Amino acid sequence: MDTLLAWLHAPWPWYVSGPLIGLMVPLMLWIGNRSFGISSNLRHMCAMAQPKSIGVDFFQYDWREHNWSLVFAIGAVLGGFFAGIVFANPEPINLSVAALTMFSHWDVPIAGGFLPPVLFDLNWLSVIVMFVGGILVGFGTRYASGCTSGHAITGLSTLQLQSLLAVLGIFAGGLTAAHLVTPHLFSIFW
Amino acid sequence: MRFLPYLLAGLAFGFVMIKSEAASWYRIMEMFYFQSFHMYGIMMSAIATGLVGVLLLKRYGQLLTLDGQSISIPNKEPGRVNYILGGFIFGLGWGVIGLCPGPIFALVGMGSIGALAALGGALVGTWLYGFVKKRLPH
Repeated sequence: MDTLLAWLHAPWPWYVSGPLIGLMVPLMLWIGNRSFGISSNLRHMCAMAQPKSIGVDFFQYDWREHNWSLVFAIGAVLGGFFAGIVFANPEPINLSVAALTMFSHWDVPIAGGFLPPVLFDLNWLSVIVMFVGGILVGFGTRYASGCTSGHAITGLSTLQLQSLLAVLGIFAGGLTAAHLVTPHLFSIFW
Repeated sequence: MRFLPYLLAGLAFGFVMIKSEAASWYRIMEMFYFQSFHMYGIMMSAIATGLVGVLLLKRYGQLLTLDGQSISIPNKEPGRVNYILGGFIFGLGWGVIGLCPGPIFALVGMGSIGALAALGGALVGTWLYGFVKKRLPH
């Protein structure tokens, strides 16, 4: 019992968590012939919220047919609560020395291990940066018809060329922003 | 009851997003600076597992889904520009906020105001895409 609890609290190494993420692909196919992916829920949520009078075509469909997907997203929120709060990792995140050195140069504390406190908590910087970054994430994932789960995991494991293109685009964009924007952003705001 | 398997699958997914630390801004920066194998290990072993899992499902194709349908894998819509450019725009956001959509949902469950702001932004971004879709190259 104690070992189980310790295991639930500890972070999982890549060779445990990676295969578990990969299993989502056959699991969703088996549950109901569904493609594993999460970002289409953002579209369904827009479709839910859109008043009839606005009528952007892209959101005019019966989102109720995608109830299963919204339920999956609700599950992901609950999973985050259980893994991050109920079974929170008591230890600091085990980053590489190179990363720790970089974050100390950036003056970013390692508290909590998920988002730097300045981005995690309620303050104007957090809300502005996360909101603007979120706009890019939402716009880009819909333009590319999927995110890391739908393209990098589902798409690549079903050998789809379009997903490879998307993953290359994602990685190029991520490298660009992480190297050219993020360090300067923090030095401006801190 | 029909939705219970999806709730449990989502719960497992959100749980693993946190336990793998794929939902960690620090891990994503570490990945984009090539400072650790962790995230690459996750991605590669996830894809390998998915690949084998799907092959097994296809091989034993007479296997039906939980609710009795036959299993089929839809192909992604044809296109080039939208995948590359959309991916790039998504990446620009990911490289700053360190969260892709799965982790956004998981961190909302952890009570992160920042993740909630990212979710709000992602909804606005999704809506903007729907609004300008017809004018974009695909």
